[in-house]
Amino acid sequence: MLRRHLLKLSMAVAVAGSFVAGTAFASDPIKVGAVAPKTGPLAGGAAVTHWPNIQLWVREVNDRGGLNVGGEQRMLELIEYDDQTNPQETIKAVQRLATQDNAEIILAPYSTGLNLAAAPIFHRLGYPQITSTTTTDNAADLSSKFDTLFFTLGTNSGITGDAAKVFSDLREQGVIGNKVAMVNVADAFGIELMASAKPAFEEAGFEIVYETSYPLGTQDLSPIMKAAKAANPDAFVAWSYPPDTLGLTEQAMIEDLQVGAFYTAVATAFPLYIGKFGDAAEGVLGIGGVNTESESFKDYAARHKEVTGQDPDYWASGMMYATLQILEQSIETTGTLDRPTLIKHIKETTFDTVMGPMKFDENNSNPSFWTVGQWQGGKFKGVASTGREGVVPVVKKEGWK
Amino acid sequence: MDILITGIVLGGTYALIAMGLNLQYGVARIMNLANGEMLVAGGFAAFWLYTGAQVSPILAIFLVAPVTFVLNWLIYKIMLRPLVKRAKTRGQLEADSILATFGLAFVLVGLMIWAFGGDYFSYSYLSRPVEIFGSNFGLNRVVAFICAVVICGLLYLWLNHSRAGMAIRAISVSPSSSGLVGIDVPRLSAIAFALGGAVTAMGGALISTFLTLDASTGVLFTMKALIIVIMGGVGDVRGTIIAALILGIGETMVASFIDPGLTLAAAYLLFILILLFRPEGLFGRRLT
Repeated sequence: MLRRHLLKLSMAVAVAGSFVAGTAFASDPIKVGAVAPKTGPLAGGAAVTHWPNIQLWVREVNDRGGLNVGGEQRMLELIEYDDQTNPQETIKAVQRLATQDNAEIILAPYSTGLNLAAAPIFHRLGYPQITSTTTTDNAADLSSKFDTLFFTLGTNSGITGDAAKVFSDLREQGVIGNKVAMVNVADAFGIELMASAKPAFEEAGFEIVYETSYPLGTQDLSPIMKAAKAANPDAFVAWSYPPDTLGLTEQAMIEDLQVGAFYTAVATAFPLYIGKFGDAAEGVLGIGGVNTESESFKDYAARHKEVTGQDPDYWASGMMYATLQILEQSIETTGTLDRPTLIKHIKETTFDTVMGPMKFDENNSNPSFWTVGQWQGGKFKGVASTGREGVVPVVKKEGWK
Repeated sequence: MDILITGIVLGGTYALIAMGLNLQYGVARIMNLANGEMLVAGGFAAFWLYTGAQVSPILAIFLVAPVTFVLNWLIYKIMLRPLVKRAKTRGQLEADSILATFGLAFVLVGLMIWAFGGDYFSYSYLSRPVEIFGSNFGLNRVVAFICAVVICGLLYLWLNHSRAGMAIRAISVSPSSSGLVGIDVPRLSAIAFALGGAVTAMGGALISTFLTLDASTGVLFTMKALIIVIMGGVGDVRGTIIAALILGIGETMVASFIDPGLTLAAAYLLFILILLFRPEGLFGRRLT
């Protein structure tokens, strides 16, 4: 009697258990691979722009129940690799993600150099590579060789050309004269931008009264700032990396460099910059910028801060998140993870992102990007773009208080 | 004139970076390739104390020094002492210690990333200008220079005018002979290594006031420290100071008179020249 009851009871439990087990293991999670620097020279930049966005996106998608792939809700499972800022490691990690980890999505790496190094293997494996931290003038050439490669952050010529335009506007307004001191870090980034900027500025009628390059990691930038000051410039431009962006700004404060326009490159748009300099950062120009009044960006920044504990930067962070949105929207709209289908969809569609509408042109490149930003009232506002809404007027740099 | 002052101040920075490595290599005979990471760790500690508790980096040194002294002492005792015991020649110890500390560098980088994240960190402390002889200099650099002078001065006095210091200098000349005259070589080597680490971390705390660091920037400092220690001659504090000053003034002159892009080239050229004409370094002893 008892045994029969027990048997019935255990069968009922088993059947009920199988229902529960069935719903818990409804679908396999989607493996998402991410490879970027956590150590090495570019680790600092990746820690601000790249990794927090991935963390935010995965968390938000999973909180919603996962991605809807053709009616099936699948959660995201993130696999991270540190490529140590070494292109060989990036390629190896992408290979491992595809063949050993069976990742169905592989996110584009960080920075121009590492993305270009990984482009061949992304192309060979057929994964869409939607970059957000790559600037290049060769989009046409690259996308014809690798049709899996997409660019959102823009071109070097756009950045330098618009910088020259902003400076010209300041000169028309009588804010600055036509003497510019221009320096660059002796790294591929700095050298390329200097090579592009110098002719652009000279064509705009500026006289380069002081120019030099300095090695990456220079500990003392005061000789450069002293020499630049001695040349009596009206404006100062530096194609710099984060350590020297901060160092040159500090030196400018110490030397009390009186210029109407002061421009530094990478990291000017980082929260770290305003964190260090506070009010003295007012009026400093740099690469990037965002429409700080856009509701979608404000909402994104608030969520970024809440989930990751840090603010996004005002250049590539928003673009990085936009690329993740593009991926998500493509998968949910086409209802599949089939890569050729996704790539075709990415090429043809206008996406709605935190940075506004995004559509790739025939060279797989986003033609509308922010080029110049300026710290105004504690926010890094976009003062020039190649077609984004929300451009605000540029103001004069009023000293270093 | 201001080039000279800039150069001397930069030399002071370099002396801070290199002094610790000199103690570790000269006395304990450990070529510590994780030196730069210890420097960044000191910088992190100063940043954390300044942004979290508003503790001035100058005071933070007094907290950083004992903690890193103990940390380095433990590293020597646990990881490096077995290498020292089994090394039959000095060359073997150098090779073993290079490999071991190279690995240690990666471990330390990983620990710092885990603890502080991979972000750059930078803060503004005393970044006001101070006028000396009519030119502006960063107050934070000048203060770091003064602290460097004090630290190096104290080290020099201790090494040359105290009994323990004399024992340490004896070990740097010849560890085997020192053992024969009753010096406790293992104990003092551990202390010298720990002291070197503490000095490096103090240097890191001071230079974090005007340089931007992140967990991965240690390797740059290790390279600079290596040049200075070898240029100045291993084992002698004076050599490190003089070499650091020469390098600082030389780099500043090249940056001001020739081209800032050539500072690295000039530094290595100086290095090569000194080694060509005086292979043991400025104050080093020729090995027989």
